[in-house]
Amino acid sequence: MDVNSARAPLLIFGYGNPSRGDDALGPLLLGRLEALNLSHVELLTDFQLQVEHALDLQDRHKVLFIDASVSCTAPYAFSRLQPKKDASYSSHIMSPVAVLHAYQDMYGTPPSAYLLEVRGERFELGEPLSLEASRNSDAAFSLLKELCARSGLREWA
Amino acid sequence: MPFELETAATPPANLKRVVIEPVTRVEGHGKVTLLLDEDNRVHQARFHIVEFRGFEKFIQGRPYTEVPVLVQRLCGICPVSHNLAASKAMDVIVGGTPPPPADKLRRLMHMGQMLQSHALHFFHLSSPDLLFGFDAEVGKRNIAGLAADFPGIARQGVALRKFGQEVIRITSGKRVHGTGVIPGGMSRNLSRDDRDYLLKDIDQVVQWSLGAVKLIEAIFSSQPEFHNGFGSYRSSFMSMVRHDGAMDLYHGGLRAVDEQDRAIFDHVDYSQYSDYIHEEVKSWSYMKFPFICSQGREAGWYRVGPLARVNNCDFIPTPLADAERRIFKEFGGGSARHATLAFHWARMIEMLHSAEAIQELLQDGDLLSDDLSRSGTRQLQGVGVIEAPRGTLIHHYQINEDEQIVRANLIVATTHNNQAMNEAIRRVALQYLDGNQLTEGLLNYIEVAIRAFDPCLSCATHAIGKMPLEIELMDVEGTTIQRLIKDSDGKLRT
Repeated sequence: MDVNSARAPLLIFGYGNPSRGDDALGPLLLGRLEALNLSHVELLTDFQLQVEHALDLQDRHKVLFIDASVSCTAPYAFSRLQPKKDASYSSHIMSPVAVLHAYQDMYGTPPSAYLLEVRGERFELGEPLSLEASRNSDAAFSLLKELCARSGLREWA
Repeated sequence: MPFELETAATPPANLKRVVIEPVTRVEGHGKVTLLLDEDNRVHQARFHIVEFRGFEKFIQGRPYTEVPVLVQRLCGICPVSHNLAASKAMDVIVGGTPPPPADKLRRLMHMGQMLQSHALHFFHLSSPDLLFGFDAEVGKRNIAGLAADFPGIARQGVALRKFGQEVIRITSGKRVHGTGVIPGGMSRNLSRDDRDYLLKDIDQVVQWSLGAVKLIEAIFSSQPEFHNGFGSYRSSFMSMVRHDGAMDLYHGGLRAVDEQDRAIFDHVDYSQYSDYIHEEVKSWSYMKFPFICSQGREAGWYRVGPLARVNNCDFIPTPLADAERRIFKEFGGGSARHATLAFHWARMIEMLHSAEAIQELLQDGDLLSDDLSRSGTRQLQGVGVIEAPRGTLIHHYQINEDEQIVRANLIVATTHNNQAMNEAIRRVALQYLDGNQLTEGLLNYIEVAIRAFDPCLSCATHAIGKMPLEIELMDVEGTTIQRLIKDSDGKLRT
């Protein structure tokens, strides 16, 4: 398949299921970013990360993954990622570092990659965003605006 | 069946029940419990997984027109399958059989889903096991190891998956949460540009898919006894077939055969499924245990999915896939028919069929037609069934006069295979549990058996956190003897 020839240098990939409570944090934050109309940023969403998303990383300068997290402390955790092998028994979920690793093995050095984990509390089907997650989302959005404003060649972290 | 099953209505009195922690519903955490008998042999295996029961309540009161979109949020792995099954049920409710162009567009979308799902499973997850062996270092039994030693295959896997996703995007209108399928038909056709875009790569996709079938065939041929015997057992199979007995993954009648290949039922109108399949509830699992009524609760369990479909059909209506089906059926005198690992072989035959079907459909001018939907006399209930990548998927809805959903019942493939997965794990444990010690090797083997079914575990919730596979060994008194946990980074802990 052809890869897009003119891609935005910054990819922000927010993933999660919008119908499962705080799992919606990633897609919801993407929605807020979309309203800013940032020309140098491409926004992509999906339920889960999978191996083919490695193709979305091609020809980028930076990639930022956004996901809900049950393991970080509130409101969020921001970190630089390095490729790492994944030993999951299920094909259904890949971690961002595993996608980077797949990219590295198939296509060479991946772009600089970062992860914004936003603390979530409740993940049941049909639940709305929890109050805690909503507060965490506001804090994360402030960080996102700051990051997008300095998305040049310098690394973020 | 020649062995005792845990589908018995009353579990053995001296085996204790297991409580599933709520966290398992959040993180896709898999848990297997092995229960020993008085002679320290594995008596039962219980694979604890979640189910879509919450969805059936979630959807009550919603307008039926929303259902095809809402169901896509059930599962991040096969949203298209849920979308199509729900839409087929809604076709009945609106009283409109989709016209041929819409039927073909839906089939094209479905074939894209089958292709991408099967490619993901085989290239990303299963082929590392099969190519490197189950005892290979954990860090190598993944796509990274595959890419390092077989870089061409790894890239093909990603490209096949991507092609399938592109078929879905183009037919559904969006990369995720597509709205192309509507009750009674489709809302959009294919543009010439989009058709030509897919045509450009389809011949390569067919060739790569054929190569994948040849690869799994070579793997089986290298160690036929091992691959046919690993975690294997005889069982009934159920799938949908076309009116002439052909494999049809989108529409047909239900066919079930027993472990001796004798017909249990055939060409059953799937709207009558509840006359043939009942579901049993067990206190230790969120997931129900379906069984074929005529076979009874204990003997009525069955397998669905690629192995069932390739075994059950009389032929596959695309030439390359049918030739591979015949090779599979004749392999070792038919010995792969019941093999747990033969799911992988059958899955690749289906991937090839899907690629060929896409190739054929893309030549059909109906895809460009504007004749896309029908409606008729409103009905108050509808059943939709398709063969999803993991097996038969049943959606059943009832609405009220206000067009709101009042009842929904879903039976997903992983639920059909519930008992079969437990049995595969039990067989592996019987083969490889040495004394009463849980080892990393046994854990790897159990993983391999689970993977063969490609179960849908996480219900599309995946928040970052640990996703361990936990194996617990319990003695006849119900006391935990040992616990072994492997995190997603491959680290073992007790």
